[in-house]
Amino acid sequence: MIMDSTLDKAKKGKPVTILSLPKGELKVQLIRLGITEGETVKCLERLPGGTIILQKNRQEIAVGYDLAKNIKVILQ
Amino acid sequence: MKSDSILNLNDKQLKKLEFSETQKLVTDKKVVLAGNPNVGKSLFFNHLSGMYVDVSNFPGTTISISKASYKGNTIYDTPGVYGVSSFNDEERVARDIILSADRILNVVNALHLERDLFLTLQLIEMGKPVTVLLNFSDEVKKRKIKIDVERLSELLGVDVIETSAVKKDGFDKLDYAIENARKGTQELELHFLLQQVMEKGASQAASLLILEGDNEIAELNELPCGTPDEREKIYINRRNKVNEIVDEIEHEDSRKGEFFNLLGKYSLNPLTGIPILGFVLVLVYFFIGEFVSQQVVDFTENKIGVEIFEYNVKSLMADYTATDIVVEVIDNNDNVIDSETFIFPDGMNELPQLKTQFEEFSTQPGTAIDFTFHNPIAQLLFGEFGVITMTVTYLIFLLLPLVIGFYLVMAFLEDSGYLPRLATMLDRAFNKVGLNGKAVIPIMLGFGCVTMANVTTRILGSNREKSIVTAILQFVIPCSAQLAVIAVLLSGAGIKPLLIFAVVIFSVLIALSTILNRMLPGESSPLLIDLPSMKIPNISNVLKKTYFRSIGFMKEAGVWFFVGALGIGILQITGLLVVWQDLLAPLTTDWLMLPKEAANAFVMGMVRRDFGAAGLFELSLTTMQITVAIITITLFVPCIASFVVMLKERGWKEGLSIWFGTWIVAFTIGGLVAQLIII
Ligand SMILES: Nc1nc2c(ncn2[C@@H]2O[C@H](COP(=O)(O)OP(=O)(O)OP(=O)(O)O)[C@@H](O)[C@H]2O)c(=O)[nH]1
Ligand SMILES: [Mg+2]
Repeated sequence: MIMDSTLDKAKKGKPVTILSLPKGELKVQLIRLGITEGETVKCLERLPGGTIILQKNRQEIAVGYDLAKNIKVILQ
Repeated sequence: MKSDSILNLNDKQLKKLEFSETQKLVTDKKVVLAGNPNVGKSLFFNHLSGMYVDVSNFPGTTISISKASYKGNTIYDTPGVYGVSSFNDEERVARDIILSADRILNVVNALHLERDLFLTLQLIEMGKPVTVLLNFSDEVKKRKIKIDVERLSELLGVDVIETSAVKKDGFDKLDYAIENARKGTQELELHFLLQQVMEKGASQAASLLILEGDNEIAELNELPCGTPDEREKIYINRRNKVNEIVDEIEHEDSRKGEFFNLLGKYSLNPLTGIPILGFVLVLVYFFIGEFVSQQVVDFTENKIGVEIFEYNVKSLMADYTATDIVVEVIDNNDNVIDSETFIFPDGMNELPQLKTQFEEFSTQPGTAIDFTFHNPIAQLLFGEFGVITMTVTYLIFLLLPLVIGFYLVMAFLEDSGYLPRLATMLDRAFNKVGLNGKAVIPIMLGFGCVTMANVTTRILGSNREKSIVTAILQFVIPCSAQLAVIAVLLSGAGIKPLLIFAVVIFSVLIALSTILNRMLPGESSPLLIDLPSMKIPNISNVLKKTYFRSIGFMKEAGVWFFVGALGIGILQITGLLVVWQDLLAPLTTDWLMLPKEAANAFVMGMVRRDFGAAGLFELSLTTMQITVAIITITLFVPCIASFVVMLKERGWKEGLSIWFGTWIVAFTIGGLVAQLIII
C-alpha cells in the first residue's frame, strides 16, 4: 500500500520517498546530507516518540520528531 | 567567453605546476584543512603541526581554528561543515578561513562520498586551489568498496590522494598535495553567473556565497544578495552533480553488504539503549569509584604523598625551625592506641636525642604524624593548608590519578561513536526541556571539563539552547576534577550518599532547564545529526588525548591551587578566615548543618570547585554532612576559567546572572537537603 504521510509515521525497515522538505535552513542542511525531494531512503529505526533514523547507503542520519513531522513522504 | 579564458589559464597553471614538482614546497601560503565534520581533519593537522588538537568520533569536535606553521606555510584546522555558509557560528568561523585560504586540503570520507563531495564541489566552484584527500581508505578496502580515484580526479579537475589518517597512509604525499592544489573543473553555467558578480569586484569565492544568498558576505562587498530560491537551485544542481559523480566512480560489490553495527543499533533504542547506558555507567563507577579512587589513590596519596613526600619535606623543615610534632599510633579500627608529643623549640637538629626518639617512635606501623610550625611563614608554606605541601599532595597524589581516570573514560567514550547515539536516544526527553538530543554532547563533555564544554555549546542550533545548556553546565555538571574530589569524599561510604547526590542534582537539572525553557523567548531547533559508525576506540588517540588533557589540567589547576592555598594561608594567619567563618556561620551551621570551618570551602570554591571541595577533607564530617557539602559545592559557582570562557561565549549579562544564580541555588538546595537528611 502506498500513501502520503509525514516522516514521523515511517515504519522501521521500510523505504520512504521524500515528497517535500520544510523551507529554510533545515532544507539546505538536508540537501547537503543527501536527503532531497524525490529521493528514496530507508527508515532504519523509529524510536518511541517519533525520532527517526534514516539510512541512505552507508550513512545514518537521525531526524528529530519536530523535523520529521514537517517532512512529507510517501510510505510504502 | 570569459569563463573559457579562465579554464585555459587553468591548464597553463596546471602545466607549470607539473614542472615544479621537484622544487621545494611553496612558502607563505595559507593552507586550510577543510571538510565535513568527523572526517579526520584534525588527525592531519596533528601530523603536520606536531601538535595535538582533539580527535573524537562525533561531528563537531573542532570548534575553533587552530594554526601552526609547516615548512614555511601556515596550516589551519577548521570546524567541520557540510557546506560553506553562515547558518551558525561554526560555519562562520569555517567560512571566513576558507574565503581567505590560498590552498585547501579537502579531507573527504570515502565511505560517505555523496555527503562529502557536496562541499568539495562548492570549494571548487569557489575557485579555490584544492587537493582532495580521500580519507578512510583502510575502511574502503575492508568493505571491498571500489572507487575509481583517477576518474574522480578527472571529473573534479583536482588531484585526489588516497589516505588513511589513522594508519598514517598517504601522509608522505601531503607535501605534494599542498604543492599541487589547483583550481578544479568549473561548471560553465554557474561560472557564467559568477562572472557577473565578479565583474562588480567580488572574488570568485565571495561571489558564489553571494549568489547562494549569504547576507553577511553580500553586505561586506556591498552587493545585492541572492534569494533563497536561487540558492536552492544552485544546491539542487550541485546535489545532482554529486550523485552523478558518485554513481559513476563508486561500486560496491554487494550493495546489501551494508555495514551495520549491532551495538550501534542497540544503543539507539531506549529498550536496549537504557540498559546499555546503565551498563556503561556501572563500568565507570567500578573503574573510578572502586579501582582508581580506592586502590590507586590510596597508594599515591598515603604512601607516596603523605608518608614519603610530606614526611620528608616537613621533617626537613622541622630540622631547622621550632616545631611541635604529635605522633599518633592508630590500629586497624581507627582507634588511637598510643600517642606522644615531641617539642622542638629550636628545631630538631638542636635536640638530636629527641629527634632519634621521634624517628624511632614514628617508624611503627600505623602512625599519623602532625607537624605544627611556630614560624608563620613555615606554617604558611608547609603547615595544615601549606601552600607547598597541600598543593603537591592534593594535586599530584590525590586529584591527578582520578582526573586521569576520568579523562581516560571520556576519551574512550568520545572516540567510540557512542555520543551521537546517546543524543539520538535521548532526543525526545530533551525536547521536553527545550533542547534537542545534541545537547548531550556538551553536557557529557562537561563531565570532563566544564570550561571546554562551554565552547562546545556552539554546536547547538539556537541561542536559547546555548543559554540553557550553558546554565546547566555551570549549575549542575561537576567536572572531572570535582568528581575526583567527590569520589574521594564518598569512597567507602556506600551507595546511598551517591544516590542522594545524583537524585538532587538531577532534579535541579530538570527544574532549571524547565524554567529556562519557559522563560527564554524563541524556538529550539530539531535534531538533525549524522551518526558515525561505532568503533573500538583508537588506543593511541585515547592515550594522547588523556595525556594532553592531564597536562593541561596540571598547568591550570596547579597555578590556581597554589594561588588559592597562598590566599587561604594568608587569611588564616591574619585571622580573616575566622571572621569569614563567623560571618557565614548562620548559613553554614544552622542552615547547612555543617561545622563553621566548612565556610573555607566556599572561599576556596570561588577559585575552583575542586579546590573548594578539597577544603572539606580537613573537616571530620558525617556521611550525610559530606553529602550536603558536595551537593552545595557542586551547585556552587563555576571555576574561574569556566567563568571567563562563559562570559566570552555568552556575554556579561548572562554570565553574571548565572554566577550569582549559583550562589542562591547552591545554598537554598544545600540547606533544604540538610534539613531533610541531617538529624
Ligand atoms: N578508520 C579510519 N578512521 C579515521 C580515519 N581518519 C579519521 N578517522 C577517525 O575519525 C574520527 C574523526 O577524526 P577527527 O580528526 O576528529 O575528525 P575532524 O574532521 O577533525 O572532525 P571535526 O573536528 O568534528 O570536524 C576519529 O575517531 C578518527 O579516529 C581513517 O582514515 N580511517
Ligand atoms: Mg577536528
